[in-house]
Amino acid sequence: MNAILTGGFADPSTQSAHAFRALLEAMARPGRIFTVAGAQPPAPISVAAGVALLTLTDSTTPLHLAGAADCEALRGWIGFHTGAPLVPAEQAQFALGRWDALQPVSRFRIGEPSYPDRSATLIVELDRLEPEGARLTGPGIKTEARLSLPETAGFRANRALFPLGLDCILTCGARLAALPRSTIVEDA
Amino acid sequence: MTDQAYNFAYLDEQTKRMIRRALLKALAIPGYQVPFASREMPMPYGWGTGGAQVTAACLTPDDRLKVIDQGADDTTNAVSIRRFFQRTAGVETTERTAEATVIQTRHRIPEQPLSEGQILVYQVPIPEPLRFLEPRETETRKMHELEEYGLMHVKLYEDIARHGEIATAYAYPVRVEGRYVMDPSPIPKFDNPKLAGNPAIQLFGAGREARIYAVPPYSDVVSLDFEDHPFVASKADHECDLCGSAGSYLDEVITDDRGTRMFVCSDTDFCASRQAQGHRGRLSPQGATP
Repeated sequence: MNAILTGGFADPSTQSAHAFRALLEAMARPGRIFTVAGAQPPAPISVAAGVALLTLTDSTTPLHLAGAADCEALRGWIGFHTGAPLVPAEQAQFALGRWDALQPVSRFRIGEPSYPDRSATLIVELDRLEPEGARLTGPGIKTEARLSLPETAGFRANRALFPLGLDCILTCGARLAALPRSTIVEDA
Repeated sequence: MTDQAYNFAYLDEQTKRMIRRALLKALAIPGYQVPFASREMPMPYGWGTGGAQVTAACLTPDDRLKVIDQGADDTTNAVSIRRFFQRTAGVETTERTAEATVIQTRHRIPEQPLSEGQILVYQVPIPEPLRFLEPRETETRKMHELEEYGLMHVKLYEDIARHGEIATAYAYPVRVEGRYVMDPSPIPKFDNPKLAGNPAIQLFGAGREARIYAVPPYSDVVSLDFEDHPFVASKADHECDLCGSAGSYLDEVITDDRGTRMFVCSDTDFCASRQAQGHRGRLSPQGATP
């Protein structure tokens, strides 16, 4: 019970402001890794994923929990701290889980041709997040960036949908990076 | 001194989350206008309510805020917005472009090149570049969806047919990353080249029209033109009469009722820094030290 009530922002307005700046910079500069703090979500969820949930979700944002993230402890934590309604993948505005648990990502909303912003944002939990591996180019990247992605084919397919598509926040421990739909992903 | 009667940066947290979600989608789809639930702000529409909401959603207590209106730090609009955030967010403020982390701007891009870590927030009156060509939102939305931008080229062509050149001097339409045509807000077209490849994050907020859009750093931003009538970033063909700068955007100031005029930098921080470095213009007081 206690685990549900604790682990939120102690000072929501300033902590979420700092967290959002990290998310904004991350989304603006794909592949760059930022460290965030302030959330202590129940296992198995990372600090960074907890921070993203607290900063971006509330009772107006349907959330899908995939795989191990769909546990009693986390459902309670989200219910208490954000109030986000938990929904199936097809209705989700945000989704949280490991990359394999989120598959097939074709279940998620990719937006509509006239409203491409009405698409899901995936918070993808990773075991490692390092500036190496897949080559990233596109808006927000001066020359190229490298990021240890779980795969490249899925992200290439997502890029092909542009301006529709999914946007990803990649989390590992207290660190996060982002991969918007506009980024071109190539094998290392 | 932060006013404790308000939440940090004035807006409530749920509103900020809504704006923040819109900002992330705007960065993910460069140049696309994301609808958002624009709030009433304690200032009239047209005074930067969109920019102020974006600034409020981005500010942290560690930020140093600069606010400019047509390049000037000392006009009513700039002073009151700066004071608003001093009071509600307790942030430091500055007039120096290089020292600012967040810059809210009305209709100019600072002369001094921006760097990584800075955010430029534009106040936008009419975000839809096609609005004066097609008044119906349903139609312009469809035109963006289908990349149907021929009408904009017709407008630029009609400029050439009538005036011999593209007469659009401000709010000059651009194409972002080869996809969306975007209104860069009513900045002079002199500033358009600074939109492209800029290391800073550029965010656009239109309060009355309830739209947010963005240009990520180092993005490809092309001003629309024709092969035989290429885009020209024009300015008044003078030097600044106070600092002597030949490369900055100039305001024309009428100084008496007989048509005497002077030209001064529209960017007050740029002009003041140059004068502090000892640069002088045609009308600088003789032997004066700033």
